[in-house]
Amino acid sequence: MDQAKIKKELAALAAEGMPEPEPVEETPEVEAVPEEQAEAKPKKKEKEKPKPRLNGLVETPYDERGAHVDVQLNPDQVVRAAEILDSEGMTLEAVTGVDWLAEKQMEAVYDYSYTGGELFRVVIRARADRAQPDFPTISNVFGGANWHERETWDLLGINFTGHPQLERLLLPEDADFHPLRKDYKP
Amino acid sequence: MTLLAESQLHETFELNLGPQHPATHGVLRVKLTMDGEYIVKAEPVLGYIHRMHEKMGENRTWAQFMANVGRMDYLSAMSFNHGYVALVERAMGIEVPERAEYLRVITVELNRIQSHLLWWGAFVLDLGGFSPLLYAFDDREQILDLLETVTGSRLTYSYFRFGGLYNDIDENFVDGARAFIKRLRSRIPMYHDLVTYNIILMTRLKGVGPISAEMCRKYGATGPVLRGSGIQFDIRKNEPYSVYPEFDFDIPVYHEGDCMARYMVRMDEMEQSMRIIEQALDKLPDGPVKAKKVPKLIKPPIGDYYHAVEAARGTFSIRVVSNKTNKPYRMKLRSPTFSNLSLFEEASEGMLLADALALMGSLDLVIPEIDR
Amino acid sequence: MNEVIRLVIYLVAIIAFAALNAAYLVWVERKGAGHIQRRIGPKEVGPYGLLQPLADGAKLMSKQILIPRGVDVPLFMIAPVLAMVPAIMSFVTIPFSETLVARDINIGLLMIFAFASVNIMALLLGGWASRNKYAVISATRAVSQNVSYEIPMLITVITIVMISGSMNLNEIVMQQTNILKWYIWPWTGNFLGPISFLLFFTCSLAETNRAPFDLGEAESELIAGFHTEYAGMGFGMFFMGEYANIVIGCSLITILFLGGWQCPFGLFPGIHWFLIKLYALCWTFVWIRWTYPRTTLWGLLNLSWKYLIPISLVNLILTAGLLKVM
Repeated sequence: MDQAKIKKELAALAAEGMPEPEPVEETPEVEAVPEEQAEAKPKKKEKEKPKPRLNGLVETPYDERGAHVDVQLNPDQVVRAAEILDSEGMTLEAVTGVDWLAEKQMEAVYDYSYTGGELFRVVIRARADRAQPDFPTISNVFGGANWHERETWDLLGINFTGHPQLERLLLPEDADFHPLRKDYKP
Repeated sequence: MTLLAESQLHETFELNLGPQHPATHGVLRVKLTMDGEYIVKAEPVLGYIHRMHEKMGENRTWAQFMANVGRMDYLSAMSFNHGYVALVERAMGIEVPERAEYLRVITVELNRIQSHLLWWGAFVLDLGGFSPLLYAFDDREQILDLLETVTGSRLTYSYFRFGGLYNDIDENFVDGARAFIKRLRSRIPMYHDLVTYNIILMTRLKGVGPISAEMCRKYGATGPVLRGSGIQFDIRKNEPYSVYPEFDFDIPVYHEGDCMARYMVRMDEMEQSMRIIEQALDKLPDGPVKAKKVPKLIKPPIGDYYHAVEAARGTFSIRVVSNKTNKPYRMKLRSPTFSNLSLFEEASEGMLLADALALMGSLDLVIPEIDR
Repeated sequence: MNEVIRLVIYLVAIIAFAALNAAYLVWVERKGAGHIQRRIGPKEVGPYGLLQPLADGAKLMSKQILIPRGVDVPLFMIAPVLAMVPAIMSFVTIPFSETLVARDINIGLLMIFAFASVNIMALLLGGWASRNKYAVISATRAVSQNVSYEIPMLITVITIVMISGSMNLNEIVMQQTNILKWYIWPWTGNFLGPISFLLFFTCSLAETNRAPFDLGEAESELIAGFHTEYAGMGFGMFFMGEYANIVIGCSLITILFLGGWQCPFGLFPGIHWFLIKLYALCWTFVWIRWTYPRTTLWGLLNLSWKYLIPISLVNLILTAGLLKVM
């Protein structure tokens, strides 16, 4: 595993997705922003504020956040990111999602770690429109993503396109709701 | 084998292993497509004990959720609690007194030994040997008694608090822990003689259910499963938390990747845990067990936080998104056996039913932790 | 007329003996397992839990016999009977002492094996009729296991028959007057001696479906195997049949290798020696069960076809040669 290489490739990938007029991901007024963000924390906080976080690579302080690199991408880039990390021998630890009700967005979060010795954790995140949360599946790259994506679909309703078996995993087969959505009323 | 299964001459049938079945140790169901005694496809079906802890996390305050974490994995509740308090401490920037950290390590390691002992008994029970289970319970009972005196409960502890512990240990604990280590040290060789080196057990485990290191990586398997496949990875060493860097211990690694390797990893880990406990008892500093400046109201700053710990079965990690309220905005609990079990489908292909059950036992499943 | 009365008495006695043995072997098994596993075992019903088997029996008999929907009812009902009856029939020719034998027929050995083979039918029918996948798997396992272990067992028996020149069990026992003349020793003509004894013992374990060869009822794999769907006395009959088979197996080992009712030192032969040897062997069965884990089906069949059958064949040939020389 080569940390610098991973960072470089992921940053390039994030920059690649930037200039396009994203249909679902970003607000239209956003322009190309330098992907090297100096301060990590203010950047992170922006997620919650009206101004959404931009695509790009952020190095987060491990002691405070528990991850070294935090990358925001377009939804269609997560497979490419998984391939980059896979080629460097990283492991997929978990796939999860966050429902941003106020911003009408659905976020998918991928946690990667390295089991070869060095301590290096990468977070890949992408956001899609809440009404149509489509993300490509990475289960072709990491077999372990199969269940994680199924669970995320099950609980949050994030649609992983191309997933081989997008069925209920934890909830019963006849469930017609996604309980972790913020507007879910039991 | 697969050729055999695919040919039209061989009829396959479906066999439901579980949700009530002696070998699944809980309410796991495995949908087996069998060709005689061979498994063509094994699809685990989860969710029979799903309790939606993640949603509960969103509806409870940070402190209230403490009890839930221990109820996910009832066998290594202490490690899970440790993961959760460490996460909140990381988010809030709380410093924990040294004595508290030492006691956390001692109790977590005792809990780990307890979990491995129970696994050992249950695993040999899966293989048809009944007696070791009772021996394991006999030893485990000592740990539970010991932990009960300090934590007040035997299985689902909530001993840790943000910034320390619920209370200090009593005067009998240190001697009790030392006595237990002495006792277990004298008994593990006996277990090896009676069980590990038994010819029947060896033939049932050696070379059965091989899991390659690459497969572990693709499926995110951790813990003894990963270490049994030859990868020296342990969060306690590779991503040190608490006071683990201060102890001298090894990570047992076996390269065969079969059931025997996973078995030996767990047996050796008990010895390593005992070493950690001994060192911690020797070095145990005096002082308070609770940080002075713990805010009454836990409201971590906005952002997301991640913390991973080494539970008895592998990496347990929590990802939490805070929006600076008294409840988490999103709580993701990543349990180790969820990932470990996900490789079962691939690993068990073409195996005999009896061997597949040995493989399943060697993954050390705790179903409430998979289903959460 | 006397002969009829004698037979009736023997029949009653044999059934009582089989049933009592089954009941109290269960007690021995549970108590033994308890002590092996650092616990006490049954202790509530009667002194040392001695009345526990009776309570168990009463419970089993009072339970409803459940017949699941869709089973093959006649076969389902006949299977437990088939498990029990051949086991009791086999007792007919077993000489408990020189005179204490129900029917001293000169093909006694053959008869026991004939009835022992019927026992497999019970497992097969019970498993097949249950309409349960686990039961069917178990039945197929049990049949392949029984068939493959009968071969080395019978070859070993032929060896003994060659030495003794008789198929009458009492005749075989009478030839082994003291410990040096037991057929376990090579100088009696049984070339491999103790090895053939161990071989026969292993086969008996497998034939009676006992651990470590209890693949038919491997509880961690097949729930309860062929008797998964049986409740009450249906299960009880299988259970009693199993323990009766253990007694038969141990009796045969005693008779063929350990001199039956003969005293090791040629003094006071009688039923007590037979029972001592018998229960020592039964205890070994219990002991082994609670010590070893289970083998796999392939391991089991390999053991039979690759080791036990060749060894027993070699023993047969060598013994034949030895007898020719002697």
